[in-house]
Amino acid sequence: MLEALSLPFFQRALLAGVLVGAFISYYAPFVVQRKLSFLSHGLAHAAFGGVAIALFLGTEPLWVALPFTVLVALGITWVRSRTGLGEDSAIGIFLALALAFGILILSFRTSYAAEALAYLFGSLLTVTPTDLWITLGVLVLTLALLPLWGRWAYATFDRDLALADRRRVLTQDYLLSALVAVATVVAVKVVGALLVGAFLVIPAATARLWSRTFSAMTVLSVTLGISTALVGLVLSYLFDVPSGASIVLIQAAIFALAFATGRREQAG
Amino acid sequence: MAETPAVQVQDLSVRFGDFQALQDVSLEAPRSSFVAIVGPNGAGKSTLLRVLLGLVQPERGSFQLFGGPLAALPPEQVGYVPQVKNFDRSFPALALELVVSGIRRAWPFRITPAERTIAEEALEQVGASRLENRSLGRLSGGELQRVYLARSLVHKPKLLLLDEPATGVDAVGEADLYRHLEAYQKRSGATILMITHDWEAANHHATHVLLLNRRVIDFGPPQRVLCPECLSRAFGHVGHAHLNEPIQPRIP
Repeated sequence: MLEALSLPFFQRALLAGVLVGAFISYYAPFVVQRKLSFLSHGLAHAAFGGVAIALFLGTEPLWVALPFTVLVALGITWVRSRTGLGEDSAIGIFLALALAFGILILSFRTSYAAEALAYLFGSLLTVTPTDLWITLGVLVLTLALLPLWGRWAYATFDRDLALADRRRVLTQDYLLSALVAVATVVAVKVVGALLVGAFLVIPAATARLWSRTFSAMTVLSVTLGISTALVGLVLSYLFDVPSGASIVLIQAAIFALAFATGRREQAG
Repeated sequence: MAETPAVQVQDLSVRFGDFQALQDVSLEAPRSSFVAIVGPNGAGKSTLLRVLLGLVQPERGSFQLFGGPLAALPPEQVGYVPQVKNFDRSFPALALELVVSGIRRAWPFRITPAERTIAEEALEQVGASRLENRSLGRLSGGELQRVYLARSLVHKPKLLLLDEPATGVDAVGEADLYRHLEAYQKRSGATILMITHDWEAANHHATHVLLLNRRVIDFGPPQRVLCPECLSRAFGHVGHAHLNEPIQPRIP
């Protein structure tokens, strides 16, 4: 294991895992409490569509996937705010559209199928120094926007109360959606498009079962995100299994523990 | 010169697609009045409050609060108690945090000693001190209402807008709620607009009643507005129990 720590690709993977674990699980409580878990799956599919376009164009996948996924996130928020469609319908439409687009693009050539699979399942080998810089950039952006936590949490608790207090809730919604999209795209490299949705839900859902306040839920979610990413990546290396699967399985095990021992509020 | 009314609404109409929620609504609520808004389901009562809060844009018409537009009145001067039945019980929060959110107009990550003092005083005002560290999701309807009321009072607002504050509250809790409201009004001279389905409560606690069914059926003192004929015009029919038992005048 110590030998692995001296390998540059593994160092990059561990660092990327910690950074991704930190910021994606920071946004996760908002996703869970706003009942947007399906959004994370939609954005992951959109990210895959963006990656497919980039592979077709022969450019760096993140540079295409980032704007593509942010556009999809803003589109979902826009359709939701302008129509009577439910959240799930708006997400479902954009999810299918982005994925169909990706599949269509990939069908033109098959030479990059292996690289596309790496984005589907996540791979330690795919984290490049460029990815690491982008990941660091997203973390810095997240840290810079920490003062908005209180406004996002307020609108998450009760949108009408925040609006009645004349907060710009829709602007905050667009910003939060765009940031969740950016976090999702960057996380796709480490955990894969198929499982990044779980990464955006399980740490926060676990934290919810152990927390009495939203601030505690946020702190615990971030702690779980970082620690499970670290342990999952190490196990991924030791047992030569996809990193996304190992991280999510550990998260699921901790969720099961929280379910057995945590607080459960009576619904209704 | 006469004092401008607390709430002045002129020919206000609101439409949601094909649905006319409010039509040509006009009223003047004097300062320090306690207005009960009464009407059947779908009468536009909540829509009217939402217009006054700036949450719904009217199709036409206008309104002024204390003689000026909504934007001229600081948000701290308007206290709002929403219907608690809309509250999401899965959100992890303590009662004290909800009250502090009223101080900050944002959710608190950490509560400062000064905020704690203000929030504790507000909870004490409504007899809810013991609830401060309780999870919101575990409070009863009546307890939640007290916490929401405490939240709405932290800035000592000039205008209180209450959307069915007694829903889900037992008889003792309801009596307490009105006692706290009246005590606050006496102390501060605030104007209160309250939606209620309880005609008796409107009669006993309000200085004015707005009887609404998309249009204003009547607006004035409870003894006049809550007559069987007016109620029949608003509701289409009136329960026999109410028709047979004349509503008693407001207790001063």
